[in-house]
Amino acid sequence: MFKAGLEPKLNIIKRYFVSCTQFYLREKTVPKVTIYDTPMLDELENGEWPSFITSFKRLRDDHPDERINSMVGGLLGQLEHSYETRMGWWKGGTVSVFGYGGGIIPRFSEVAEHFPESKEFHTVRIQPPAGNFYTADILEQLADDWEVHGSGLQTFHGQTGNIMFIGSTTEQMQPFFDKLNSYGFDLGGAGPCVRTAMACVGAARCEHSCTNEQGMMRHLVNEFQDDLHRPALPYKWKIKVSGCPNDCTNAIERADMAVIGIWRDEMKVDQEEVKAFVADKGRDYVIDNVTDRCPTNAIKLADDNTLVVNNKECVRCMHCINVMTKALAPGDDTGVTVLIGGKRTLKIGDMMGTVVAPFLKVDTMEEIEYLVELTGEMIDFFAENALEHERTGEMIERIGLVNYLEGIGLDLDPNMVSEPRQCSYVRMDGWDEEVKKWYDKKAEAATA
Amino acid sequence: MAADRPQMPIESGAPDGFQYMHPTMRRNFGLWKYHERPRPGVLKHVAHSGDEIYTIRVGTARILDVYTLREITRIANELGDGFIRFTIRSNLEYMVDSEAKVAPMIEAIEKAGLIVGGTGPTITAPSHTQGWLHCDIPGSDASGVVKSMMDELVTEFKREEMPNRVHITTSCCQINCGGQGDIAINIQHTKPPKIAHDLVANACERPTIVARCPVAAIRPAMVEGKPTLEVDEKKCICCGACYPPCPPMLINDAVHTTLAIWVGGNHSNARGKPTFQKLVAAGIPNNPPRWPEATALVKRILKVYKEDAKDWERMNDWIERIGWFGFFEKTGLPFTKFHIDDWRGARNSLNASTHIHF
Ligand code: HEM
Ligand code: SF4
Ligand code: SF4
Ligand code: SF4
Ligand code: SF4
Repeated sequence: MFKAGLEPKLNIIKRYFVSCTQFYLREKTVPKVTIYDTPMLDELENGEWPSFITSFKRLRDDHPDERINSMVGGLLGQLEHSYETRMGWWKGGTVSVFGYGGGIIPRFSEVAEHFPESKEFHTVRIQPPAGNFYTADILEQLADDWEVHGSGLQTFHGQTGNIMFIGSTTEQMQPFFDKLNSYGFDLGGAGPCVRTAMACVGAARCEHSCTNEQGMMRHLVNEFQDDLHRPALPYKWKIKVSGCPNDCTNAIERADMAVIGIWRDEMKVDQEEVKAFVADKGRDYVIDNVTDRCPTNAIKLADDNTLVVNNKECVRCMHCINVMTKALAPGDDTGVTVLIGGKRTLKIGDMMGTVVAPFLKVDTMEEIEYLVELTGEMIDFFAENALEHERTGEMIERIGLVNYLEGIGLDLDPNMVSEPRQCSYVRMDGWDEEVKKWYDKKAEAATA
Repeated sequence: MAADRPQMPIESGAPDGFQYMHPTMRRNFGLWKYHERPRPGVLKHVAHSGDEIYTIRVGTARILDVYTLREITRIANELGDGFIRFTIRSNLEYMVDSEAKVAPMIEAIEKAGLIVGGTGPTITAPSHTQGWLHCDIPGSDASGVVKSMMDELVTEFKREEMPNRVHITTSCCQINCGGQGDIAINIQHTKPPKIAHDLVANACERPTIVARCPVAAIRPAMVEGKPTLEVDEKKCICCGACYPPCPPMLINDAVHTTLAIWVGGNHSNARGKPTFQKLVAAGIPNNPPRWPEATALVKRILKVYKEDAKDWERMNDWIERIGWFGFFEKTGLPFTKFHIDDWRGARNSLNASTHIHF
């Protein structure tokens, strides 16, 4: 794991050495790298927002390592060429590290004869620590290692959530990965596989958190690392965990599996804080901005300036809590809602995840293991039943939610629909058996 | 260097975030009480224990060179507590345990050319994709679009003056990796792929490509005695889905690849259910290096939203109140036949009522 002690000290010495060398080189030598004209990109150095072009030029012009100067110089040349031609000039290929199938995004230049310095410019996807936490020291260690093996360019993070180390050659992939792997980092997913997962900041710093987002994310994705590193699914499977229905990781819209913290008991109301808020903002403000915006009219401001919440009708949307963070809070009986099938446009259009488990407790190890097993069932079902290049949401659209739920063994619940069927064209000759199932389940739940 | 013998990977997966977390956050994990925003760009979270943590949120260029990164870590170590995290929109966050550290850090951050803001009702950092810089299928350069646009919106990043938060996203192909947003600036292709027939047989698995097309417009064909694919150009919706698995079906075009703007995507369940973004403008030239037409349209929409929306109304909430009639009227954008959906489930988007806006 993370090597405390010696390693950071070595880094400091190394950096001191590097900056001395840099100073020395700047004095003594004229850069030997080709400087391509970039009149269009230069325009992106104007303005107040930080400029990625200025960043690139710093590496091209100031870095002590000529390998980096020339590689980023080539990148700038090729990018200018893209701006001129309005076309991309990278193509894919196959590059991987020993023992794994995916995780490196290979990029070979199609205009390498003009910009040979960046003819190979592969990206390494690395799974970030859950919740995207870093110490300055670990960031420096990552950057130091990439500086040795790559271009000195990195992104925290790509849209799926990976750390992206951008730009290096095939032979640098293995030694770079081995280093990171030795201090606790692992490659991310790419291709038809379980992908790198994401968790919101949640319990670490957010009063709305209803679950241990980071723990949950690691339980769910780390169990399936084999499926992440060796792409063998019909298509991708993304997991995102948000601690409350604000869904800061955009899980419903962007993940095949969205796990979202929620509570089933009463919302906590601190009436003294409510009164203080009303005194500060006025009744009108509270009515306009809090109670009137409730989607189910579940909250009202009483004459004595307290809030009355109808918890049976509250759908846990978070709005009132977001506005009155001191006065209102989620309840104590927390768990998660699981929604399945979110994805972006390809192939049948954007889809949101829909509820397959309205509420699961995840307090005990047993409860967490149940969710992990359920995830396994869902991945297996996807592997066996999806067509090639079909996402889970599209598969469910094709086979119907009922078949999906039966396939993975989940119970029906009216919370899974926004409304029941409206067309009578359906065969219902099994009605009585289904009714019996419903009552049996109810009885089972009552005795449990 | 190690021996030549390859090393088997340690399949450790996602690392534990705890080891890199500020001790105040570790100590108060799951025990936070409320938060305030003492000034734009700064969050103050207070735990039930009374402990406080201050967060400074910072906009960056997203792709970081090693010098910028070391400047960032230097500020964390010298002026802060040495802890950093990133939001999903690639905003950088410094966490410190006392208010006294905040002002000196902000000064150093701004001196380093980075921007403090992005909290609460601001236009926060756009989430965007790779584009020409590094993707193999891009129609545009997301980083360039975002940089030029944020140069003009930076004041709104720094001040909490919008009705509610504004999430902008940018995608450089119609796969739309950038995700849903209050405003999305996405590629829209307008001509079918141009096929390099002599390359198809070697580069593409033909049955797979046929299956990939959302409207079944591709069929196997022979051209000059070679197996290839052809596209029924009347059927083709120019989505570009055939291009990633079959690069000879070139969809990108210097003129006919354009930009479109979509609004009203909202991931949160607050108030209404989450929503997808809807088309409002297209035919915008893909115009590097600064894409002025796209930025001008985004600013036009934002101006009306800022003036007209009530507090806490996200873009979609606002439009729900004023209606799409109101949106097109107030923004002055043209409403065309392309705004009327004809994809799956399109009927659900039609108005089956006498609810008419005047
Ligand atoms: C050959 C092609 C492709 C390349 C090079 C590519 C590249 C990328 C990159 C670099 C990211 C960010 C990665 C990260 O955060 O780790 C990303 C994310 C994404 N990609 Fe792709 N992509 C490709 C094909 C596709 C396809 C075919 C789809 C369609 C279904 C797709 C859908 C997405 C989505 C939806 C995201 C955002 C993920 C999220 O919201 O979490 N991509 N892609
Ligand atoms: S999803 Fe909820 S718990 Fe997680 S960071 Fe956002 S508001 Fe907090
Ligand atoms: S959380 Fe949402 S649904 Fe529940 S009372 Fe508050 S505003 Fe209403
Ligand atoms: S949006 Fe399209 S072009 Fe842009 S990075 Fe994603 S896959 Fe590549
Ligand atoms: S661009 Fe889209 S619609 Fe046209 S042929 Fe290719 S996959 Fe089919």
